[in-house]
Amino acid sequence: MWALALLFLIPTAWFLLSSFKPGSELFTWPLRLFPEDWTFSGYRAAWERFDFKTYFLNTAFVAVVTTVFTVFVSACTGFALAKYRNRWVQAFFLCILATTMLPTEVIMPSTFSVILGLGLYNSLAGIIIPSIITATGIFMFRQYFMTVPDELLQAARIDGAGEFRIFFTLMLPIARPIIAVLAIFSFQWRWNDYIWPLLVLNDQKKYTLQLALRSIVGAENIDWSVLLGASVISLIPMILLFLVFRRQIMNSDISSGLKD
Amino acid sequence: MSVITRTPLRPNAIKERRRRGVVAAIFLLPAFILFCLFFVGPGALGLYYSFTDYKGYGIPEFIGLDNYKGLFTDGDFYASLTRTFLYTIVTVPFGYILSLVISALVVSKSAKGATVAQVIFFFPWLISPIVTGVIWRWLFGENFGLVNYLLSSVGLDPMKWASDPNLALIVVILAGSWGSTAFSMLLFMSAIRNIPNSYLEAASLDGAGTIIRFVRITWPLLRPTSFMVILLGTINAMKEFAMIQSLNGGGPGKSNVLIVQYIYETGFERSQIGYASAVSMILMVILLVIALIQTRFDRSDLD
Repeated sequence: MWALALLFLIPTAWFLLSSFKPGSELFTWPLRLFPEDWTFSGYRAAWERFDFKTYFLNTAFVAVVTTVFTVFVSACTGFALAKYRNRWVQAFFLCILATTMLPTEVIMPSTFSVILGLGLYNSLAGIIIPSIITATGIFMFRQYFMTVPDELLQAARIDGAGEFRIFFTLMLPIARPIIAVLAIFSFQWRWNDYIWPLLVLNDQKKYTLQLALRSIVGAENIDWSVLLGASVISLIPMILLFLVFRRQIMNSDISSGLKD
Repeated sequence: MSVITRTPLRPNAIKERRRRGVVAAIFLLPAFILFCLFFVGPGALGLYYSFTDYKGYGIPEFIGLDNYKGLFTDGDFYASLTRTFLYTIVTVPFGYILSLVISALVVSKSAKGATVAQVIFFFPWLISPIVTGVIWRWLFGENFGLVNYLLSSVGLDPMKWASDPNLALIVVILAGSWGSTAFSMLLFMSAIRNIPNSYLEAASLDGAGTIIRFVRITWPLLRPTSFMVILLGTINAMKEFAMIQSLNGGGPGKSNVLIVQYIYETGFERSQIGYASAVSMILMVILLVIALIQTRFDRSDLD
């Protein structure tokens, strides 16, 4: 196990250690595992030369807003799919199922036309709105609400609670574990997303981190010192997220129906 | 959970059911609108474009099956489709076995420091495909990478990781498996934890060793999860794009341009939207067929 773990660790470790080396040390053979003099120059250059603060804020905005919508819409949809069973509802469930098998990012040209037609081109809303529904989120809530006994709903109905009140005051609080897991996942998907921003954004000022990184790595001569620093910076929020929510992530019971 | 009850309903109950239908519709409305806009919409439009010569401006002109006929003789299309299949056929089983073995090791109670190992194996999940590409590009750089340095320091010739198409594909495969193991591992781990302990205890009373127990009991019980991991892995491998963008841009040359990158380049860089849409439609059909075949496998195994 530890041999495998070491193999898994090497790429990241080498990359992290390299990011603290000054530009001159990056390419001098023999390579050393640890930097001779530790420096943040790559980080500073990345932060100053590129408008990283803007990219950071853009990405954070997109990730947070999309996550809020994703959780809410998935909860509504999952609840309806689990608790109101008629033919139309089940037909819609099959449709949602199909989106897992046939990802729309793959039909990029026409997706782009749709975005253009809706006037979402080059706006952050253009990344947020299309990414709100995920089959995974809907499945997670559906599976979960199926395990909630119908008697609980019936009891609330007999007490005179309306359907919407039942949903907001009874069902959403019960589903807190799922809300947490989906929120974490959704944040990760959106933070690391590449295809939607690539299709939608044109203006450098609206770039997300992934697009900014791509523009550094796509240059004729890659500035490795900047690239390494910039990449590590882009990882920091995910690492913090992981440190805070490690338990929820590692113990999440997600063996039923997931994508991405 | 009676969907259709044959017993005659009281008028009240009918009214109640209709009212619930309306409520369900309200709950489903946001998802339904988004589904139509961003799934049905692009799908239908893509199908339409694929029969036209649309270039991104002006009015698309209907040209029938010309795009599809063109694809049949397009060497670049075949090359990228073949490369995509090759990538998928290698990555999916490799990633499957890797994540299964890792999960089994990490969950087993005898493993010391399993939590630390879990974190190490899971860490790549936090890393975006773009950064994954950067990390592996840095590791396998021909003149500056750690791997070639280690090779030459033990007296071997440095390998052409970036300029040999097949070696470049190997790097892509390694990077892809490294990046996707974490998620499959999460699925396997939660499934393994859900297996009742009594099954394994019964087997160990019968004298079965750890490996026998895993192969005979745990693994068969993981079948639904295995199905999921393989299906999702296949779909994700078929649409691999971002990671290769930063790893080698589909290089050297065009040798590792996978199908989604081919769609992107045809549609956006050469603005042959009609032609690119035809490729998308073919890819959709392939994905659908893969999904159907795998679902069939799953069913027949369970019965």
